[in-house]
Amino acid sequence: MSTAMTPYIVTFLLAILTGTLADNVILSRFYGICSFIGVGNKVKSAVSMGVAVSFVIILSSLICWPIYYFILTPLNIPFMDTLTYILVIASLVQVVGLFIKKYSPTLYKSFGIYLPLITTNCAVLGVVQSNTDTGISLGQSMGANFGMSMANAIGTSLGFVLVIFIFACIRERLEDADSPKPFRGVAIALVTAAIMAMAFMGLMGIGS
Amino acid sequence: MANEINLKREQHKESFVSGIIRQNPLFISVLGTCPALAVTKTLEASFGMGLLFTFVLVCSNVLISLLKKIIPEVIETPCYIVIIATFVTITKMFTNAFLPELYSTLGVFLSLLVVNCIVLGRAEAFANKNSVLDSLLDGLGNGIGYTLAICLIGLVREILGTGMLSIGKVFTFIPVYSLPILKAVDGSYDFSMSFFSNSAGGFIVLGLVLAVINAIEQHKKNKAKIALRNEMKKKLHEDDPKPVYQVKEAK
Repeated sequence: MSTAMTPYIVTFLLAILTGTLADNVILSRFYGICSFIGVGNKVKSAVSMGVAVSFVIILSSLICWPIYYFILTPLNIPFMDTLTYILVIASLVQVVGLFIKKYSPTLYKSFGIYLPLITTNCAVLGVVQSNTDTGISLGQSMGANFGMSMANAIGTSLGFVLVIFIFACIRERLEDADSPKPFRGVAIALVTAAIMAMAFMGLMGIGS
Repeated sequence: MANEINLKREQHKESFVSGIIRQNPLFISVLGTCPALAVTKTLEASFGMGLLFTFVLVCSNVLISLLKKIIPEVIETPCYIVIIATFVTITKMFTNAFLPELYSTLGVFLSLLVVNCIVLGRAEAFANKNSVLDSLLDGLGNGIGYTLAICLIGLVREILGTGMLSIGKVFTFIPVYSLPILKAVDGSYDFSMSFFSNSAGGFIVLGLVLAVINAIEQHKKNKAKIALRNEMKKKLHEDDPKPVYQVKEAK
């Protein structure tokens, strides 16, 4: 079956699955390691952080793709992409913060200090940048490319929440474990992440 | 007067040296881990990343230090991000024009220098408080420290992952040369483990390097502690050669 024959929705869902499992954002693409190691030892805060980041990833992908193709490309300044994206993300984080503060103070409290930190999370800029870096391939329509970008964003967000949750669970148990002295702290966390990455490597080949 | 100059020189030296080993951004502060894992498959790519990182860090540090009195405190971070993003864009365009191989190897991680914790961290912790020269030296020191750190990881991963060290693939202006290290007798590279070129290998190498550094530091601390205790004992003996309990025993 050629790719043109595959129903579009299948390609879309497969792209989401690939982004979540096989090409996981943290374990295989290495975006957002800092936040992964930084907040990864409490399940509750890790999940709040993950949800907040996912929200911003999806929203900023939704905004930045049209900006690139309908504003930057016609003006012939595509090299301004990184600068534009980071400004969009920074203002988006502010706006989202204000909205959440107004409509759900409890949620705002649980996001806490993680909200302003999302601006400097590599995962957000990384996804947005890679969405437009690949460009529109030959024979692909604008809409299809936008759909793929959104699939990438959704898959990445799901993968981010999944991995940060699993990792936080493991690290909660790890704190009680009697690991060798030099490994305590970040070193054992990285080794744990390596073993998790090996497990996720087994899922390679899905959707390709 | 001479004393003041000496003091200043001392301070310049301090801001340059501290970033290289004692306050190494990757190994001691554990910052900037994303590029340290993502682009360190080969030594050459790591070196290229370190070079570009140093350039961005030095430029942004100098400009932020120059503008430290103009930028209002309320919008500090957005201003820094825009300054850093400008330099990253300049770097991206230059790399794309002159070293396209390096550009495609680093990919999106060149853009991700904008949100690199080290660049932003140095801006907020150092450049907005110190003089231009100090900021320049601080940027240079941290850049060299980071470059050395990721080159170490790249070296380990390339040797174990491919069994050889090769140059000329990323920096295309030098001739291609590869140095076989893990070559078997029959000429194959069966001893190499492609695991180390994969993502999991990056995590495990960084984890083990951090553990080794921790072990060395703990060893040093223990040594210092034992030396201090011995000295205290010696002092006690010198002060009071015949402690009371010995006298009691004699009776």
